[in-house]
Amino acid sequence: MPGLLKRTPVRYALNAAVAAGFYLVIMSLIGGKVLNRYQALMLIPIGYNIILAVSLNLTAGFLGQLPLGHAGFMSVGGYAAALFSMSVSLPPNIELPAALVIGFTVAALFGVLIGLPALRLKGDYLAIITLGFGEIIRVIILNLKFTGGAYGLKGIGRQTTVTWVYISVLITLYVISALIKSRHGRAIISIREDEIAAEASGIPTTYYKVLAFTVSAGFAGVAGGLYAHYLSILDPSTFGFMRSVEILVIVVLGGLGSIFGSVISAAALTILPELLREFAEYRMVIYSLLLVTVMIFKPSGLCGRYEFSLGDSIDGLCAAIRARVLKRGGGGDASCS
Amino acid sequence: MTFVYLMIIGLQIGSIYALVALGYSMVYGIVKLVNFAHGDIIMVGAYCVWYLTSRMSVPAWLAVPAAIVLCSFLGVMIEKIAYKPLRKSDRLALLVTAIGISLFLQNAVQIIFSADPRMFANIFEGTIAIGDRQFSNATAVTIAASTLIMIGLSLLVKRTKIGKAMRTVSEDGEAAQLMGINVNNTISFTFALGSGLAAVGSVFYCCSYSQIQPTMGNMLGLKAFVAAVLGGIGSIPGAMIGGVLIGITESFTRGFISSQLTDAVVFGILIVVLLIRPSGIFGRNIGEKV
Amino acid sequence: MPPVLDVASLGINFGGLHALDDFSVQVGNREIVGLIGPNGAGKTTVFNLLTNVYRPSRGSVKLTGNNTLGKPTHEVTRHGIARTFQNIRLFRSLSVMDNVKIALHNSMNYSLLSACLRLPSYWKQEAAASATSLELLSVFDMEEMAGYPAGSLPYGAQRRLEIIRALATNPKVLLLDEPAAGMNPSETADLMRTIRDVRDKFDVAIILIEHDMSLVMGVCERILVLNYGLIIAQGAPDEIRNNPMVIEAYLGSQGD
Repeated sequence: MPGLLKRTPVRYALNAAVAAGFYLVIMSLIGGKVLNRYQALMLIPIGYNIILAVSLNLTAGFLGQLPLGHAGFMSVGGYAAALFSMSVSLPPNIELPAALVIGFTVAALFGVLIGLPALRLKGDYLAIITLGFGEIIRVIILNLKFTGGAYGLKGIGRQTTVTWVYISVLITLYVISALIKSRHGRAIISIREDEIAAEASGIPTTYYKVLAFTVSAGFAGVAGGLYAHYLSILDPSTFGFMRSVEILVIVVLGGLGSIFGSVISAAALTILPELLREFAEYRMVIYSLLLVTVMIFKPSGLCGRYEFSLGDSIDGLCAAIRARVLKRGGGGDASCS
Repeated sequence: MTFVYLMIIGLQIGSIYALVALGYSMVYGIVKLVNFAHGDIIMVGAYCVWYLTSRMSVPAWLAVPAAIVLCSFLGVMIEKIAYKPLRKSDRLALLVTAIGISLFLQNAVQIIFSADPRMFANIFEGTIAIGDRQFSNATAVTIAASTLIMIGLSLLVKRTKIGKAMRTVSEDGEAAQLMGINVNNTISFTFALGSGLAAVGSVFYCCSYSQIQPTMGNMLGLKAFVAAVLGGIGSIPGAMIGGVLIGITESFTRGFISSQLTDAVVFGILIVVLLIRPSGIFGRNIGEKV
Repeated sequence: MPPVLDVASLGINFGGLHALDDFSVQVGNREIVGLIGPNGAGKTTVFNLLTNVYRPSRGSVKLTGNNTLGKPTHEVTRHGIARTFQNIRLFRSLSVMDNVKIALHNSMNYSLLSACLRLPSYWKQEAAASATSLELLSVFDMEEMAGYPAGSLPYGAQRRLEIIRALATNPKVLLLDEPAAGMNPSETADLMRTIRDVRDKFDVAIILIEHDMSLVMGVCERILVLNYGLIIAQGAPDEIRNNPMVIEAYLGSQGD
């Protein structure tokens, strides 16, 4: 049936079915012990790294402004979520999502506070100032009493489950792709393409810069919340500049402006160090060399700006099959073309 | 007396920052790249001196020049292998490559020498008394040598042919090429010079902190970079003044406020400078032509 | 009938230099005004001041009676001044369609929430915007290019797309900065027809910066001549053609 999948409701139903199916596959792999406990636990870092990468991609890839303080927002969200869940006692299936919402809100608030002054700058300067803010957040957390200072925050409930991570990833992917494919998303992308032309086309660029920055920070906060309730301990020294760099590396390697690329790259770069565990001491060297090699030979990242769309892929596949069939059945004269 | 003491210590740290900041600033001026691997070149320089003096018993007067040569060579090689193929592509790809090189250097050194901190013997033994305070000879040597190096560098950039080439390329690379300047050689020279200065900085750094480890370049590099931005990135006198200002600020914060907050103060300065005058003390502000 | 655009003694200094001084003009509805002058005379500066890309040091700008001076560029656009750029500024990696839809941003008003929840207002307004874009593109025979990246279009089509994008903001005054730059004579002749069509179909006043005299003389009803940031002459094309001050500004005084 040509073009059946062009219809939007069908596509939405298809995507929802695939998302649910994938979840069932993962859960049965865990239930059937195909994935051991250790491998099942790996799914959680993969999940929060996807959220971190996709949210950073909103600013770095779609807005075209490079922030280097994503770990700062992650830590703010993580601490906020953890402090909340430690101070209340609700049923776990209410407490964690509530904590994640708090994490999103507080991180997004910091996004506005930092974004408003910082986004007056561009390019390298923006990268540097967000780096500065990220370091300041870390030092302040290190010196505050209620965050546990240098000892870190301990005894956070281990509430992060594969299911909650999966739901959070789905929500992040859905919200950011829905945003991108709307007038608001186009406004954000137009700033990347040409800020002066965007402004002249009637786009309030400052508003959209701060918006993108805020949404990006908020989802980093969600990732922080998941991280906190997974490790049950938060240590300020793990939210330094190097973590921001790690997230950036995931995004650039996947492709700036490709959500699909960020997902693949986050999964690959979380699993890769584990696969290289046998070469324990060499793994970071291999990782860094890989990074440099990819950048030299494919500077736009592995996926460029490619976006995966299930409907389009199936449509394409159907069209290809139909063409094959027609060619075979409908006379030999088309075989050369 | 505390004031004078903190001032002198600040000058000592500041001179080191200035030497490192010069590398950031010159490289940024010429290829518009924040060279994240610069901090790790300092680390390589430090390990080189440490290895030669404490393992091979090479005298310091020989080990230091060896480190300078090694770092210069390393800087040039990094540029040739990793940065040059990307000169025309997206700036972000270049930045990520620099980060990749930085990770590589840290982890390669970690494999060779392990992650454990190594003790570094002060190669400038003895002390000087100023008033009732004792200073290490290293303090005096650091300040004096850095001053001399910076005067020399200013003369080099202003007076010599290669210095003029450097200024021309940072002004407009394509025009420089048309004027018959060998841009590739000029860029290589800039990396060599910046990395050589980093090696000198590493020796002074080790003499005052007496401990080295593979990740030591991170914070040192970041702070030197802040110094370069404060002075106006791309500006040579700016890097010097910025370095000294950051060093003094750090020393005074440690002495009068709290040693835990020094990093926050340094990065706070960075933010204030960027918001009020993003081009720094000596930088020029260039708007986009419409 | 009051003028659509009323500019009075606009001026700006760069450093100590008067880049533009005492620039005044009234543009009537559906009028086509040419702005000419030697390089560096301050022509593009006028556009940058009208759209507030640069902040004017003095003067006033009124669009149908409303003050637009000192308002952010995007608000000026919303009030009804749209422009193109001398060195084409398209959203190059986006499709032709998206280029136009970005300029239709303010003709839609669905919120962030409706966008994320895909509420009916999203579907309705997006469909309307797509239809409007295609309609605009078809006026310039470009609807077949809707899916191509803007940066891949031939040069002339890029210039046209810039005009379409400006028109999509529903302007009262359209500022065209050297629309014929880089075009051959036959393309320029086409452009001349297009400019008149645009005025007739979209009911806009047009200010045009151009070096191609055949275009300026052919399409403009009134011409302003700038030199060293000052208006040195204005009038109908024929008056300008024979004005000795204009000839001197372009060719330099004899016997130099």
